[in-house]
Amino acid sequence: MTRIGLIRSAVIVTMIAALELACRTGLIDHRIVIAPSEMASALVTLLASGSINADIERTLGIIAVVIALSVVLGFAVGVVIHALPHLREALDPFFATYYAVPIFIFYPVLIAIFGLSPMPIVLIGVATAIVAMIIATLNGLDRVPRVLVKVARVHRLGRVSTALRLQLPATAPYLFTGIKLSVSYAFIAVIAAEFILSPAGLGRDISDAYTDFENRRMYALILFLLIVATAVNAGLHALDMRFAERRSGGGP
Amino acid sequence: MARDVHAQLAGVTRVYPGGGEHPPVHALGPVDLDLHKGEFFAVVGPSGCGKSTLLEVLAGLQRPTAGTVTFEGKAVSGEVADGIGVVFQEDASFPWLTVWDNAAFGLRRSGVAESKLRRRVDDALAFMGLKDFARAYPSQLSGGMRQRVCIARTLVLEPRLILLDEPFGALDAQTRLLMGDEVLRLWRQTGATVLLITHALDEAAMLADRIGAMSARPGCFIEIIETGWPNGRDSTIVAEPAFGEITGRLWERLRGESLKALGHSSLAQSAPPSALAAE
Repeated sequence: MTRIGLIRSAVIVTMIAALELACRTGLIDHRIVIAPSEMASALVTLLASGSINADIERTLGIIAVVIALSVVLGFAVGVVIHALPHLREALDPFFATYYAVPIFIFYPVLIAIFGLSPMPIVLIGVATAIVAMIIATLNGLDRVPRVLVKVARVHRLGRVSTALRLQLPATAPYLFTGIKLSVSYAFIAVIAAEFILSPAGLGRDISDAYTDFENRRMYALILFLLIVATAVNAGLHALDMRFAERRSGGGP
Repeated sequence: MARDVHAQLAGVTRVYPGGGEHPPVHALGPVDLDLHKGEFFAVVGPSGCGKSTLLEVLAGLQRPTAGTVTFEGKAVSGEVADGIGVVFQEDASFPWLTVWDNAAFGLRRSGVAESKLRRRVDDALAFMGLKDFARAYPSQLSGGMRQRVCIARTLVLEPRLILLDEPFGALDAQTRLLMGDEVLRLWRQTGATVLLITHALDEAAMLADRIGAMSARPGCFIEIIETGWPNGRDSTIVAEPAFGEITGRLWERLRGESLKALGHSSLAQSAPPSALAAE
């Protein structure tokens, strides 16, 4: 492990240990926060019981659908907008202020239209995550060096070949940033939407546990989501670093 | 005996159309030029005189507004002809590919058998001194080496006309001299016709058989100078008295044009320093 990695791990372990100590010594009331070891033990028990399997499947399934739709549609919309400068000029102010609008205000409208199905959650999730992917695609395409297009012409590549063999790899770092942001937004939007008004899912579970004062269950579910979100992001970060090393000179 | 004309520009002009409040820009021409088979021709001129436009028109990357371009007797217009290779000033290596894959890029599309492809790529990398870096990525190389990767990518296609658009513009002076030696070696071994665009008079004087000096925009040839260098020349010729004479003559022709390009037209009409010293 690198020195930075050791420091990072030490900070996390210290914080967990401090929380454990504070909970065990009564510095923090156990009715508010339970010790991390108790959270872990509650999570193991919960997973072993299989009682949240359906919710895990539903929530992670919706998140996967939201990520896939946001990334694929966001990329496609980004490519189209990039090809139409006037449309882009018209839409730029919307993109610049998009995240200033709380998308969740439309949730009741979506429920009125689609009912308490996964659809409103998927739509809220896509609406939250897609713009990050569109902006990342536009940024990436803006930064494709013009000389690469000339190289493509020298090699007599067609438009599709140029896009696939040169422009797509050249924009890859920006697209990857878009994917990472879309993943984060998808987790946030789906869990929050389930929390508010969904009949099922991990977000709903956390909300119910909170309402029923089931601290062990609530913290176990929070810990589970933390582990999943961190693992996904760590995986994406590792991939990103591997590609970045090649481009910045520290590679194999 | 007249030499074979390999590529030809006849009455070529290039005007960029205006738009909105911007008037059209007459960037180039009319230009007439015969490139002889196997010669090394350099083009020098003030900034913005249309040197790169000339190269792109000759390559087929831009259509001329008027005039004709031919390569090996066939018209060139709007598409790069088979047998023409271009190396650009900007780093055009692909950062996501290894040096070997960069070099193989163009050849992979040409349907060449895998064994032949490997041999040609290995030969090109060995020729450019990149054999030991075949598995490296461009980001792990210096600017000069990355430019050599781009030259190797062009070389594997075995072009008969190589167009170099200020390929050493971003390199330091010593590296440029050494890269110049490599380009001369490449030129001799491939037998290709080379057209080099450069803003460096010494580079043109060292490398070329003939040097075309261009006027300020719209760029036209105001003089074509024959250097008379032997075929086996290298960068040591910079110490020759004739080298200083050629660069001095080029500067004499280009000083006024460069001042015009900078907007100092009154200074451009004044006598050059050499004339003042002679008085």
